[in-house]
Amino acid sequence: MTKAITLALSLLAMPAWADWQVNMNEGVTAISREVFDLHMLIFWICVAIGIAVFGVMFYSIFKFRKSKGAVAEHWHENTTVEVLWTVIPFVILIGMAVPATATLMDMYDTSEADVDIQITGYQWKWRYQYLDEDIDFFSNLSTPREEIMNAQAKNANYLLEVDNPLVIPANKKVRFLITANDVIHSWWVPHFAVKKDAIPGFINESWVKVEEPGVYRGQCTELCGKDHGFMPVVVEVKSEEDYAKWVADQKAMKLAMAGEASKQFSMDELLAKGEGVYQAACAGCHQLNGQGVPGAFPAITGSSIATGSIDGHIDIVVNGKAGTAMQAFKEQLSAVDIAAVVTYQRNALGNSVGDMVQPSAIQK
Amino acid sequence: MATVDVDLPHVKDDDPHHHGPAKGLGRWLFTTNHKDIGSMYLIFSLCMFMIGGIMALIIRAELFQPGLQLVEPNFFNQMTTMHGLIMVFGAVMPAFVGLANWMIPMQIGAPDMALPRMNNWSFWILPFAFLILLSSLFMPGGAPNFGWTFYAPLSTTYAPESVTFFIFGVHIMGASSIMGAINIIATILNMRAPGMTLMKMPMFTWTWLITAFLLIAVMPVLAGVVTMMLMDIHFGTSFFNAAGGGDPVLFQHVFWFFGHPEVYIMILPAFGIISEIIPTFARKRLFGYSSMVYAVASIALLSFVVWAHHMFTVGMPLVGEVFFMFATMLIAVPTGVKVFNWVATMFRGSMTFETPMLFALAFVVLFTIGGFSGLMLAIAPADFQYHDTYFVVAHFHYVLVPGAIFSIMAAAYYWLPKWTGHQLNETMGKLHFWLSFVGVNITFFPMHFVGLAGMPRRIPDYALQFADFNSMASVGAFIFGFSQLVFIYNIIQNVRVGEKATAQVWEGAHGLEWTVPSPAPYHTFSTPPKVD
Repeated sequence: MTKAITLALSLLAMPAWADWQVNMNEGVTAISREVFDLHMLIFWICVAIGIAVFGVMFYSIFKFRKSKGAVAEHWHENTTVEVLWTVIPFVILIGMAVPATATLMDMYDTSEADVDIQITGYQWKWRYQYLDEDIDFFSNLSTPREEIMNAQAKNANYLLEVDNPLVIPANKKVRFLITANDVIHSWWVPHFAVKKDAIPGFINESWVKVEEPGVYRGQCTELCGKDHGFMPVVVEVKSEEDYAKWVADQKAMKLAMAGEASKQFSMDELLAKGEGVYQAACAGCHQLNGQGVPGAFPAITGSSIATGSIDGHIDIVVNGKAGTAMQAFKEQLSAVDIAAVVTYQRNALGNSVGDMVQPSAIQK
Repeated sequence: MATVDVDLPHVKDDDPHHHGPAKGLGRWLFTTNHKDIGSMYLIFSLCMFMIGGIMALIIRAELFQPGLQLVEPNFFNQMTTMHGLIMVFGAVMPAFVGLANWMIPMQIGAPDMALPRMNNWSFWILPFAFLILLSSLFMPGGAPNFGWTFYAPLSTTYAPESVTFFIFGVHIMGASSIMGAINIIATILNMRAPGMTLMKMPMFTWTWLITAFLLIAVMPVLAGVVTMMLMDIHFGTSFFNAAGGGDPVLFQHVFWFFGHPEVYIMILPAFGIISEIIPTFARKRLFGYSSMVYAVASIALLSFVVWAHHMFTVGMPLVGEVFFMFATMLIAVPTGVKVFNWVATMFRGSMTFETPMLFALAFVVLFTIGGFSGLMLAIAPADFQYHDTYFVVAHFHYVLVPGAIFSIMAAAYYWLPKWTGHQLNETMGKLHFWLSFVGVNITFFPMHFVGLAGMPRRIPDYALQFADFNSMASVGAFIFGFSQLVFIYNIIQNVRVGEKATAQVWEGAHGLEWTVPSPAPYHTFSTPPKVD
């Protein structure tokens, strides 16, 4: 019995236990620890009330049974008791409300941020724009399809890994401006105790100040369509020096990319590149084989757009189609990627139009 | 409730103008008898409970292990959506309306419901509403896949085409509920036996009176919000579309202004049932009858000012968060009073533990656990960690399954002998109870853990650290699901055979319904009894 209690207590005391984790993470910010303490406070209050109420109840169940000869008494009200058990819970609630309100006020203080980042939810990826730097990228799930379909062993970060994580500096107040492009999403990192809905047309604010560098993982928490379960959030917190270096690297990379856009590509190069782009950006809806989902997402194979005029095809990829799930990819893909994926869609997936487009011809 | 002393001039139906039920299918199609209509509601609800349950098992089967095994994510979303809609609107609500139809006239000494033809109509449109909703599973693009809360713009601009049928179905369900509620209010306010003042009414009748007012207040709001969706989808308005000057969050405000009272619509009649059963089997009058009535009324009033606690993460201003947090916490006070009163009723009683009492006791414990997690969810800063995770799923399943549904099962076992004239088979009843009790806890308790550890709700696949508890929950779900076959068997057996039940059925039962013979004659209280 003592052993069982020790085990139960150690379960509660080990929030970092990977598999049988039963409690919330304490997190890595002052706010997340405040939230954790609040959570534990209410939890223990509930446990105490539970023990008292269920204690009396089970005592009655064992003591006052007819089979043991119990005879029912006749009283059925008692004003003093009734007033007491109305007033006491009320006082306990005030005791909970005071610290809760204080924490809430801290969370809402988004003033004096050092770094401002706009986060935009898309079906089914996140876009991060650094408002003070010229950095802007998308963050997609990077778990291979084979792992999801059980054709391959799952890695430790299964469904919690992305191609481009959000990178922020440690020990700086980072303000997030959160919005969405299509439907409502919600950006959540449990270790920061930051969860805010991303709402199309509106901007929400939140902030974080992380003390220790590290990688923190979360997920979208508002149902946003088919692949809601497949749009994780990964945040890499770097020391100030590493962060400065990362910013410089990003800018250098951007210059290199701009150079690529004026290059001429062969059909084979475009097809090879296009296949990768298609799988990352298009296959979620139009499916790997280009057949689409009848009634929900149109097929690429044999479609009038993918086999019709190439300008119309480029236009729908670049600008999307308003009022549908077809996004404007001009922000998400480089000119090289768009040229490659358009060429791929016209000459693969059962289509064979035969034409191709160069990155230089893509008007963004 | 006051002990009801009854002067019964005729228990037996001796009026020559009255007659038994009509023969054949016509009896059920054209009936205006509250008992027939009550039975139809209950059978309908049981069917929906099974259909919604199968959907839950599809969900749990997919979630048994990480990875996608059985269904596509889009179909998974259709299952979570339809499971929620069917359980809320098809199983729980019609079951309570069925119980109201059967029991309210018998509890207040009325011969039937006040508006019997409308009663027939409000039942018979319901199967069509659900046929429309279920048929959307076979439409191109599939059934609604945007969650039972159908947040815009996922449910408008980005919805499958079947959303229009969903809207039509919801309208019909709403019309049915409103008519049912009008009928219940008219019956209770006008048709009580002489001497039965409001404060002498049985608790089940009281809770239903208050629930009916909630229904009338909020079902039109639901109709409004789906109509706004319809306008956005087909007629070019932009209520919920920011690009046209609208606001997606407006949807959530309107929806939850309906949705939160709706939650209490599904629990207040349960409070009534439990307040009938515990005194019967504790052989002691309900403790604090008037405070029970006031508690139910205050819960109902508070339910109109707490809706935005479902929306703590939408980016409300600080003052809004604080207001909705305080208002929500306040609900714990009257809810606590109810639980304390039930426990005080048992204290120094003389208890026995027949099947209805077992369900009622499980209700008190497990509903209270759901209440605790509800209190935790009310704390806005902590809610940022709980919101839209499995912790929320655990919370509302604790108040709805071992809460609302256990109360319905308790009611069914409690009143079945009155309906069928046969005593319960206690062994089989207890088997059903223990299987359900164990199944429910294995299913929903681990959901608290994975939710706190960070698993979002409504996902078809999850990270590896959630795997163990998810397998456990799936095993529990199958135990709970299949043990409902015992429930169906028990009902059918009780209708067919069983020891003859007395009028009082349970030793400690009090109230008018226990003064008529078992089974209750087709027409009861044609001449009102006198209540002192």
